[in-house]
Amino acid sequence: MGYQQTFRVWRGTDESGDFVEYDVEVNEGEVVLDVIHRLQATQTPDLAVRWNCKAGKCGSCSAEINGRPRLLCMTRMSTLPQESTVTVTPMRTFPVIRDLVTDVSFNYEKAREVRAFVPPEGVEPGEYRMQQVDVERSQEFRKCIECFLCQDTCHVIRDHEENKTSFAGPRFLMRVAELDMHPLDAAAEQGVNRKEAAQDEHGLGFCNITKCCTDVCPENIKITDNALIPLKERVVDLKFDPIIRRRKRVKKR
Amino acid sequence: MTEIETHTYDVVIIGAGGAGLRAAIEAREQGQRTAIISKSLFGKAHTVMAEGGCAASMGNANSNDNWMVHFGDTMRGGKFLNNWRMAELHAKEAPDRVWELETYGALFDRTPDGKISQRNFGGHTYPRLAHVGDRTGLELIRTLQQKIVSLQQEDFRETGDYEANIRVFDECTIIDLLKTDGAISGAVAYLRESGRHVLFDAPAIVMATGGIGKSYKVTSNSWEYTGDGHALALRAGASLINMEFLQFHPTGMVWPPSVKGILVTESVRGDGGVLTNSEGKRFMFDYIPDVFKAHYATTEEEGDRWYTDPDNNKRPPELLPRDEVARAINSEVKAGRGSPHGGVYLDVSSRLKAEVIIKKLPSMHHQFKELADVDITKEPMEVGPTCHYVMGGIEVVPDTGASSVPGLFAAGECSGGMHGSNRLGGNSLSDLLVFGRRAGAGAAQYVIGLASRPAAAEADIKIARDQSVAPFGDGGTDGAENPYTLHQELQQTMGDLVGIIRRANEIEQAVAQLRALKERAKHMVVEGHRQFNPGWHLALDLRNMLLVSECVAKAAVLRTESRGGHTRDDYPVMDAAWRKKLLVCTVADDGSAAINLKDQIPVRADLLELFEAEELGKYFTEAELSGGQN
Repeated sequence: MGYQQTFRVWRGTDESGDFVEYDVEVNEGEVVLDVIHRLQATQTPDLAVRWNCKAGKCGSCSAEINGRPRLLCMTRMSTLPQESTVTVTPMRTFPVIRDLVTDVSFNYEKAREVRAFVPPEGVEPGEYRMQQVDVERSQEFRKCIECFLCQDTCHVIRDHEENKTSFAGPRFLMRVAELDMHPLDAAAEQGVNRKEAAQDEHGLGFCNITKCCTDVCPENIKITDNALIPLKERVVDLKFDPIIRRRKRVKKR
Repeated sequence: MTEIETHTYDVVIIGAGGAGLRAAIEAREQGQRTAIISKSLFGKAHTVMAEGGCAASMGNANSNDNWMVHFGDTMRGGKFLNNWRMAELHAKEAPDRVWELETYGALFDRTPDGKISQRNFGGHTYPRLAHVGDRTGLELIRTLQQKIVSLQQEDFRETGDYEANIRVFDECTIIDLLKTDGAISGAVAYLRESGRHVLFDAPAIVMATGGIGKSYKVTSNSWEYTGDGHALALRAGASLINMEFLQFHPTGMVWPPSVKGILVTESVRGDGGVLTNSEGKRFMFDYIPDVFKAHYATTEEEGDRWYTDPDNNKRPPELLPRDEVARAINSEVKAGRGSPHGGVYLDVSSRLKAEVIIKKLPSMHHQFKELADVDITKEPMEVGPTCHYVMGGIEVVPDTGASSVPGLFAAGECSGGMHGSNRLGGNSLSDLLVFGRRAGAGAAQYVIGLASRPAAAEADIKIARDQSVAPFGDGGTDGAENPYTLHQELQQTMGDLVGIIRRANEIEQAVAQLRALKERAKHMVVEGHRQFNPGWHLALDLRNMLLVSECVAKAAVLRTESRGGHTRDDYPVMDAAWRKKLLVCTVADDGSAAINLKDQIPVRADLLELFEAEELGKYFTEAELSGGQN
């Protein structure tokens, strides 16, 4: 049942490295991560790869397979053509630490810049009441396993290092949307305007809704349709509504 | 040796899963500068794998529920071997801990009146598990992670530094704990990225490292679960209890081979799924043990009615505690009534509508479709037991999480006692919240009470560093050993000889094999350099896995009865005399595991009164029940 396949794997760091080819056994039902593990156990014990759960739940083993951002543990070998070489590379948007492992600290920095949930004042723990329909929108975004494949694929930062400072990426714009749609978030009462922050601090305007993030999301979250576009609409209402703008101008006078 | 990078903290939390993060939040809120050491990236810990829910008797789905019922279920599930004080604290505090998560931003599924929805699970009398579909663990860890970010934002607003009071060291692994005059003084670690050593200078450490499943071949656990906390604590002089009790989750995937062991949530059964054998029979009705006869339906009709009318019917035996279901599946397969790939069938497709399945069990639907080409809305799944959870762990003071080593605390899966001989599904997430908070508080109070901080000895730091880089040597004269090979042999040994059904001669064989593996492990050699080198990481983890496996095997051979997660083919009956005995593991001078017997503390009278005398008679000796507890 097993067969041999050629793997081309990136070996090296950000400064130097090269593709190395391996012929390796593949068995029925295996995923790419199984084959990478076989390479470690039989041919190259120091091949660096990041992984944890091997069940598509933790989002650690993100990489690019034949150029497409994917989870190594959820890509079955049977979905790849047997006759051609499988190319495995680290995520392109982030600096390579070693082999398939990248430095994803950018994402943790961006996470820290999104103002956390603000609990409503005067509502005691245990007294939170929310309807299922109201929590469902944010729940969809909380399915995110933080694999950062959407960040990796997003053209705003994939090929434009210079945009990284001013753009949080789809993952964290979706986090802003999630909080903005949270039925009990009291950020506004604290003077925090999440919509304004999305546009002014997190770079929502860079997004031109090409839906690449949605395409690669292993959790099938409709990032663009359900998070980014509605967030953009909310921003438009707030910042570009002609009547509100006129009122603001009148007030200023 | 080069100068070591040093970080000074009040409390160091080892482990960034639910227990570790909850402990960190508490320590920081009690004013301690806190470091969180995470073996992988922040937010990836094994807690994300928890699916079904978090047990707490909030009474939202059935108002008859309360902490006493939850306590009773927990003790029953653990076959009364549980540390009763832990079970009591857990049952009492779980609702507050869940509600608190909502103030951190968690979004659980809701009841029609807007409260947190609760679902049925094995061994729980009432629907009790707060959940988010079948991805509750992810919600928990993300919520705690985001709470930590929120505390960092507070610190940033005050000091301009996000990491002023709480910092996460990710992809960082602890090699050894350091003690000075018998008390904790710090820990030596390495950073995966660079392979460099770092020293944590801290008077208090909270162990929250999770389980030991990676010593087994078929397991639902990730690579991180190598028993680090168990082994670090042992080597630091702490004791472990209940190590013979391992939970084999009844339903893991069995096919294809590469996914064998991946968890299939108990919610499938909680929501109506049934187990059948190759003859199409719902075999669980044949496996209701005497102690549970009064609590479970004896006919399929009654079992089915229970889903809609739980007050007037008894629950189906598919929802027995996990140890019972796992053993039943094992027996069916052994009797030749298994599925083609050596499991049994778990079917929800004939029980619920496709859209309900997709709504309630989205991850399961996704997992089977992607990994096994099985559409669970149309066909049954094939499932079999998988090593899932270790009940045993570091022996702690229930109220504070303190171990016997001053300054060392523990919470979550790596601590022992709470679950007795078998954990109920859903009691793990609540355990880590309740005892994570308590251990964080325990550590904070310990630091506050200290007159001075102990300083780590240079010599100890050097020993830890030298030992950790030994695999880069030539392995000595006896030939080099490959850590991957040793790991595979260890997994095979534990799976074959100290697995779900055990026999004295097999366990003894395992003990001998472990001794040989330990010897060979001294000659491990790894290739390459220290920068992100998985071969080296495995070599270091193996040291822990071997020690912990030795504890499991040695304790398993001594306990000559069957109870919960310890089933002895040669001693198939539960023995009341063993109920009050704990097997305590420590490390002997030669580095091997030593086991001693110890009596349990008798259950407090008012807690015993929560049970019917008839039920207690099944678990306790007559002498215990007739007044004199011992």
